[in-house]
Amino acid sequence: MNSSLQFISTFWSSSIGKKIVVAITGLILTLFLAGHLSGNMLIFVGEHAFNEYAYFLHHMLHGAGVWIARIVLLTALVLHVVGTVQLTKMNRAAGQSYNTDGTQRSSFSSKIMIWSGLTILAFIVYHILHYTARVGNEFNNPEKYEIMLDGHVAHNAYKMVIDGFSWLPASIFYIIAVTLLCSHLSHGVASIFQTLGLRTNKTEKLINTGAQVYSILIWVGFVSIPVSVLLHLVK
Amino acid sequence: MSINANIPEGPMADKWTNHKMNSKLINPANKRKFNIIVVGSGLAGASAAATLSELGYKVKCFCYQDSPRRAHSIAAQGGINAAKNYQNDGDSVQRLFYDTVKGGDFRSREANVRRLAEVSVNIIDQATAQGVPFAREYGGLLANRSFGGAQVSRTFYARGQTGQQLLIGAYQALEKEIQKGGVEMYTRTEMLDLVVVDGHAKGIVVRDMRTGKVSSYAADTVLLATGGYGNVFYLSTNAMGCNASAAVKAWKRGAYFANPCYTQIHPTCIPVSGEYQSKLTLMSESLRNDGRIWAPKSPDDAAAIRAGKKQASDIPEEDRDYYLERKYPAFGNLAPRDISSRAAKEACDEGRGVAKTGLGVYLDFRDAIDRLGEDAIRARYGNLFQMYEKIAGENPYKQPMMIYPAVHYTMGGLWVDYNLMSNLPGLHVLGEANFSDHGANRLGASALMQGLADGYFVIPTTVANYLATQKPGSVTTDHPEFAKVEKEVTDTIDKLMNVRGTRSVDYFHREMGLLTWDVCGMDRRKEGLEEGIAKIKELRAAFWDDVRIPGAANGINMELEKAMRVADFLEFAELLYIDALNREESCGGHFRGEYQFTSESPEVIAGKTQAGEALRDDENFCYVAAWEFTGVGEEPTLHKEELEYEDIKLAIRSYA
Amino acid sequence: MSTLNLTLKIWRQAGPEAEGKIETRKAQNIPIEASFLEMLDIVNQQIIETGGDPIHFDHDCREGICGMCSLTINGVPHSKEVGTTTCQVHMRKFNDGDTIFIEPFRANAFPVLKDLVTDRTAFDRIIASGGYIDVRTGSAPDANSVPIPKEQADWAFDAATCIGCGACVASCKNSSAMLFVSAKAAHLNSLPQGQPEKDKRVLSMVRQMDAEGFGNCTNQYECEAACPKLISADNIAKLNRDFAIASVKEAVAMV
Repeated sequence: MNSSLQFISTFWSSSIGKKIVVAITGLILTLFLAGHLSGNMLIFVGEHAFNEYAYFLHHMLHGAGVWIARIVLLTALVLHVVGTVQLTKMNRAAGQSYNTDGTQRSSFSSKIMIWSGLTILAFIVYHILHYTARVGNEFNNPEKYEIMLDGHVAHNAYKMVIDGFSWLPASIFYIIAVTLLCSHLSHGVASIFQTLGLRTNKTEKLINTGAQVYSILIWVGFVSIPVSVLLHLVK
Repeated sequence: MSINANIPEGPMADKWTNHKMNSKLINPANKRKFNIIVVGSGLAGASAAATLSELGYKVKCFCYQDSPRRAHSIAAQGGINAAKNYQNDGDSVQRLFYDTVKGGDFRSREANVRRLAEVSVNIIDQATAQGVPFAREYGGLLANRSFGGAQVSRTFYARGQTGQQLLIGAYQALEKEIQKGGVEMYTRTEMLDLVVVDGHAKGIVVRDMRTGKVSSYAADTVLLATGGYGNVFYLSTNAMGCNASAAVKAWKRGAYFANPCYTQIHPTCIPVSGEYQSKLTLMSESLRNDGRIWAPKSPDDAAAIRAGKKQASDIPEEDRDYYLERKYPAFGNLAPRDISSRAAKEACDEGRGVAKTGLGVYLDFRDAIDRLGEDAIRARYGNLFQMYEKIAGENPYKQPMMIYPAVHYTMGGLWVDYNLMSNLPGLHVLGEANFSDHGANRLGASALMQGLADGYFVIPTTVANYLATQKPGSVTTDHPEFAKVEKEVTDTIDKLMNVRGTRSVDYFHREMGLLTWDVCGMDRRKEGLEEGIAKIKELRAAFWDDVRIPGAANGINMELEKAMRVADFLEFAELLYIDALNREESCGGHFRGEYQFTSESPEVIAGKTQAGEALRDDENFCYVAAWEFTGVGEEPTLHKEELEYEDIKLAIRSYA
Repeated sequence: MSTLNLTLKIWRQAGPEAEGKIETRKAQNIPIEASFLEMLDIVNQQIIETGGDPIHFDHDCREGICGMCSLTINGVPHSKEVGTTTCQVHMRKFNDGDTIFIEPFRANAFPVLKDLVTDRTAFDRIIASGGYIDVRTGSAPDANSVPIPKEQADWAFDAATCIGCGACVASCKNSSAMLFVSAKAAHLNSLPQGQPEKDKRVLSMVRQMDAEGFGNCTNQYECEAACPKLISADNIAKLNRDFAIASVKEAVAMV
């Protein structure tokens, strides 16, 4: 036990070890995004399908599923954030800048990773307060948001989403955050492959294109929901 | 002081084996009591330091660069010879030995060369095991090429970066020993003098180039692996920092300097473009495998090219003179370096040079591109073509390259015996810094071989012959001689700093270079050399009278560093001219205009050689000229080591 | 012969502890055939003649192989020219009237010694930590006893061409030495001779790299763009992979 703790501590304190943790947690979060988005797309199928999906999430494995997912995701998020913040601090300490900018290759997205990341973090907090903890709104009010679904009591997540995004500031913050997320992913997804040692010059193009396509899909998918709500395409 | 070469007894082929058997051994427990100083971290220095440390000696290694990996061995492009006979083309240790002696124009010490050929095979094994990425064939085995005037393919190579890869191998071995604690490395530390105690070399005085601090180190023996003196010509293919200071200081402390007049001019360098030029860039000789060297037949065409009125492609085939192919049909464009260089000079002297300065001939790949296609040429020489384009600003796939000879390597160096020890006991000299293996001319791909042979395989055995006679640690820096030499060094630095003249160090270096190239370049003559000796004395006086070194002696001061090197070169140049004047014959890298075959010579009439070829005088000059210092500006004393050829018959070095 | 008149903005710093600053200097009548360092030589001659302290910069072979030259040109190590060292940059690449910023390689692990001269001995210490194959002189088997497929040998060679100049560190936004370390690791790890020490090598070199205070790779590939020997960032991916495997093996061995 002692030695495995020692291993974890050595691995975490080495530069590559920490990056591997960031990459793996990034991968978990990235895959979560894909799942989250495909579930959310049910909103375009209809109220029933969406609420059924929400009900399923909260009741799979007798309600333990959602908590397992939350714990995994929260751990991943904490490690991802702590790791990147620490790495960024170390990097700031290691370097000095020039009097002229000699950037040749770095993308804009890659340069703002810490800022896009921290904004996304702030958004995640807000997003959880908004739709999960439902603080400062009436989404937990059973009178307004409790429905009967296939014979059992369920939360009307569909209505909650529509109500939530009908408030313009929430939608705007959401769109900004998703846009930064897209930027974050465009560099981050490709980086996962590099940091895990899966990128070669043969796969480089594929990985870069894949990362771009993925981040655009994520953007289009997530942004489509508040936009559709605001445009009353989903009611 | 003796000039006994200590050549072992027995038949030539057994000498090294016998010598190893008869060499003294030091038991492992005692080895760690011996301190060894290695100056220089090129192929010879790094390999020696690493190997001696592996054996258990305590080593201190010094280099002037910021890392041992930067030593100028790194710039060798072409390859390294070894008598592996992997090609089954008739090579053998004996043939490599013979070729090297012949290539050296019969002015090298047979026993040393034989040993060199013998250990050449071990070098390839060693380097490969270290991970040196030599070129390979599709079957996974090592590839070879023919190189620099050899008729067998015995050259191992790593693209155009053989020196770099071998040096990195040696450097990594050195770093490994540094990590293990056997070697202490001193970078950015320049040796400024040798400390001799009771007639034995026992230490050095150095300057820390970061702080300017002058300090001393003592050891049981001192190994100099400090490279050659090519920068006496100012323009050469040597690195800017390459210098002869360690060797000159050793010479001034009693070590003999042997055969300084043997300087190698490399035929394929990029021509000079202007007076600001700081160095010359070598294009690998391997280019001569596919490139054809020519100059226009008529000086008029050449003049038109120089004026920009014509291009190479405007000269029809019949008006081109492929002079190497014409004069040396058997070797053609692969004729040895000295012969190719002189032929280029002749063409330019006849007004047929094509570069703007008039000093350049063509190296043309047109036919090779037609025959093999541009892709094949790119695969073989891509990096060299790229380098040429970067420097010359012309596309060599479209226009032939322009080349001109430049000083590249110096065969002369401190005199050493078979043990690589100087006449000054305790002083060992390795690699290009010694004189021993290449005679009057070095064959291509032999420099790397010699540096590594000396460092990996020779000195680790032979150093024990000296150390076994010494009590370890018998001399420390507490000995008053160290303080004395240290004071002399700081006095010299103060003197230089206080000249406060008007002209820069580079000015004097350039002047010395021009003079040396002029009187002691590719065609040396008595009058020129005598004039040179007079002029160099004047230049030396002017230097000490009028050099300007800005800044202070403490801290980094690159002008001071250069000044100290140039001061030593200015003393050395005189010795170089004196040796060239003394050697009244032509051989290899030493060509005296007065001594050449003419069309009337019987050998020329018999077809054994051509007019204009070097005329050796075996009767009077078959010796190593080892010069003893007698005072700055004084005539040095000549000691002769007669060269006796037991195995190889002296012959005209014919490449016809 | 055409010439250029330039404005140089050069970093001057008297010593390691001294405060540095950008100094503006005219460089006049610079022949276009001169190399960048020869341009600095010309400027230095003028400085010396007028009694100033010449600009100090590292240089040695001046043919692009020793790795000693180390300055940045307009914020880019060895200039924007692809696959070129500073000593191989020629003035024909500049235009009359240009302003050129010349600064040292900047990274805390490469402290400035004077002007444009930096201390890069951290690289030597990284090599010493494991960047070698431990083979005692004289103990090597015949060189042809281990055939190596040409493709594999070529790959190792591409990594081995590193000249240790430090441009990768200087160009990196984080002053990371990953390209340097990974190139050496890839060179040795991809050869059969390098297998026995592979894991130990990777772990020690990465640990030494961290101890030297280099930053981390954030996969922006500035290093690849700046590398005068065009060493690929694929090597970094390989190092990451090798490090992960070596770490796991080390952990298993510990338990």
